[in-house]
Amino acid sequence: MIRSLMVATALCLSAPALAKTVTVDPGSDAQERLQEALILAEPGDVVQLGAGRFDLVDGLSLDVDHVTIRGAGMDQTVLNFAGQLGAGEGLLVTSDHVVLRDFAIEDSKGDGIKSKGADDIVYYQIRVEWTRGPHAENGAYAIYPVESKNVLVDSCTAIGSSDAGIYVGQSENIIVRNNVAKFNVAGIEIENSIGADVYNNIAVNNTGGILVFDLPNIPKQGGRNVRVFDNIVVDNNTPNFAPEGNIVAQVPTGMGVMVMSHYDVEVFGNRLAENGTGNILIVSYTQEQNDPNYNPRPIGVRIFENDHGRAGYKPAFPGGDQLKAAFGGAIPPIIEDGTGEKILIGDDVPVLSMGLTKPGQPLTEARPALAQGTSEPFDGRQLKPVTLPQAMEDAVR
Amino acid sequence: MRLLLSVCAVLGLAFSAGARAPAPVADAVILSDGLPRLLSDYHFFRDASGWQPNDRVTPYRLNMPLFSDYAEKYRFLYVPEGEQAKARGDGLLDLPVGSALIKSFGYEMDGKVRLLETRVLLHRADGWLALPYVWDEAQTEAVLKVAGARIPVTFTDPSGKQRSIDYGVPNKNQCKECHALSGEVTPIGPKARNLTRDGQLAEFARLGLIDREPAVAYRVPLWGEASAPLNDRARGYLDVNCAHCHNINGSASNSGLFLTYEESMPVRIGVNKRPVAAGRGSGTHAFDIAPGDPDGSIMIYRLNSLEPGISMPEVGRTVVHAEGVALLRAWIAEMDKKN
Repeated sequence: MIRSLMVATALCLSAPALAKTVTVDPGSDAQERLQEALILAEPGDVVQLGAGRFDLVDGLSLDVDHVTIRGAGMDQTVLNFAGQLGAGEGLLVTSDHVVLRDFAIEDSKGDGIKSKGADDIVYYQIRVEWTRGPHAENGAYAIYPVESKNVLVDSCTAIGSSDAGIYVGQSENIIVRNNVAKFNVAGIEIENSIGADVYNNIAVNNTGGILVFDLPNIPKQGGRNVRVFDNIVVDNNTPNFAPEGNIVAQVPTGMGVMVMSHYDVEVFGNRLAENGTGNILIVSYTQEQNDPNYNPRPIGVRIFENDHGRAGYKPAFPGGDQLKAAFGGAIPPIIEDGTGEKILIGDDVPVLSMGLTKPGQPLTEARPALAQGTSEPFDGRQLKPVTLPQAMEDAVR
Repeated sequence: MRLLLSVCAVLGLAFSAGARAPAPVADAVILSDGLPRLLSDYHFFRDASGWQPNDRVTPYRLNMPLFSDYAEKYRFLYVPEGEQAKARGDGLLDLPVGSALIKSFGYEMDGKVRLLETRVLLHRADGWLALPYVWDEAQTEAVLKVAGARIPVTFTDPSGKQRSIDYGVPNKNQCKECHALSGEVTPIGPKARNLTRDGQLAEFARLGLIDREPAVAYRVPLWGEASAPLNDRARGYLDVNCAHCHNINGSASNSGLFLTYEESMPVRIGVNKRPVAAGRGSGTHAFDIAPGDPDGSIMIYRLNSLEPGISMPEVGRTVVHAEGVALLRAWIAEMDKKN
């Protein structure tokens, strides 16, 4: 007893001794007051944002470990960047063990919130939005953790990104759950990352709902071990508004879940419906590239236990209209380009194979053929669930 | 009355300059773990207005300077008594703990340069620390502004055009954005390859600031050195203006675009490289550098933009560096399309 008491005391002492809450309210000089609070914060501190609208003129940044930025709610505390003069994002986080919760970022000029090399980061009940709706000049990513280990994006809302609403890139050990992504080009995108669970999200009215991509010529590649399950991915038919040159500009409008190159992806238990091109698309990286370390093919994709509603009634890729006519008004809800390896499809729906034989082959050489998913129940669960450090889970309780 | 005051001021100056030896640079302040509130706390300068460097505070110039909205810049190196920097080939001088780099920024107004800010980079026992100090109206003191500032200024650029801008003083975190290598603050400027002008390195060695004059194999050309190879001038410009973020350990590591002077892989310096996370920064172009086609290159598009979210660099530029863009355009235009 005495011993455990002593241990408890020691634990208390090892926590930052003078952890404090610094409150910043909206009003004049919000930029300087808030940025100064973020710079002078010490590990353990909470920077509490008051309710109301902060009008900011520059990007904000946090570079102190173990700091929580907390607002009064995603509709109550709004960081408004409509008058932003500089920086590539609204808020940049470059430190570890940071919790961001209960505030909104609106109309930043570049990305919304970027966290780079920020391990153990928690985004909880954050809203990032471009308030004019889909527009090519909106920022690329709303919520943008990159090059980080242990990432939790929970109960957030992303609206209007000209690339991806929730984009996790070049990271490891990731959970994206309970979020709403709407009117983005890509609702949620996991790119060049290892180990991600994407579940209980709603992706609606995007160009594409949920993307799992691995791209060449990037410092971290070989994306693998991603599970996309129990999501609602419905009515993603917003015309693609991504600026040309970006990879998502090639996502066909009307896409549910799209897997491009990548190793080991499981897509199961999702509700997929009203996606005009298709509910699920599995393809190789299509563009010319000469990266010797890059695998352009999808390898080890398992699709099962998904609930498919209507799809494929407005296929937005070259030749889509002819195919649609050939199939009597709608192409199959699952499409694969034919270049993948170990693609297992357990959903009891028709599958369209484009019959390509190598990555990058033009669609004009496609030899479309109809296949069928297995009609026997099929459990493709091979990947282990992602678990995060307990402190991250505690931060969202 | 006013005359009397100014006479007193002149006498006071003469007295302090002539009769008293200035206090030496405050090593304890450099090495403290606090955030000194005033630039004068360090005693880097003999005068209150930040023009006369103190003993052991040595001015230097770079072959190719970073573009900072056409600001005039004044750089100083301080190495404490009894210490010495180590030469490291072409690369960054290895500066001992207790060293400082000091850089003042200003514009010529009404015939003389008015300082806006002085940035210091302090080498403390636990690493480097970057802090910005903003000068007062009277030019008698510069005060720490950890959150940065925007200062409206009007100046005449080298082409004779008058410009009015909101000059940006970076905040402490923005200092680090450019100065971070693997998350740690590090100097950028004093690389031997960019210090070869005016016999500076030999002079540093003679003064004992460095252990020996580094043998530089591949120097960066001077800015405006028309006789230097175009490729060296362009790569030097990219190295100085972009590579502090665009390197494998820098703030832009995730982009895969690496613009250091040493980089040799064409795709890494952007040739036929597709963007990763450029968003609207792509300007609808497919490649960072489209050989032979500057107008079709994302690099040129972003250097020509002033829009946050598009413009590069992300920090420290509110006007287009027309001369720099012209240099890179010429370089890209000459590239072999088959590259």
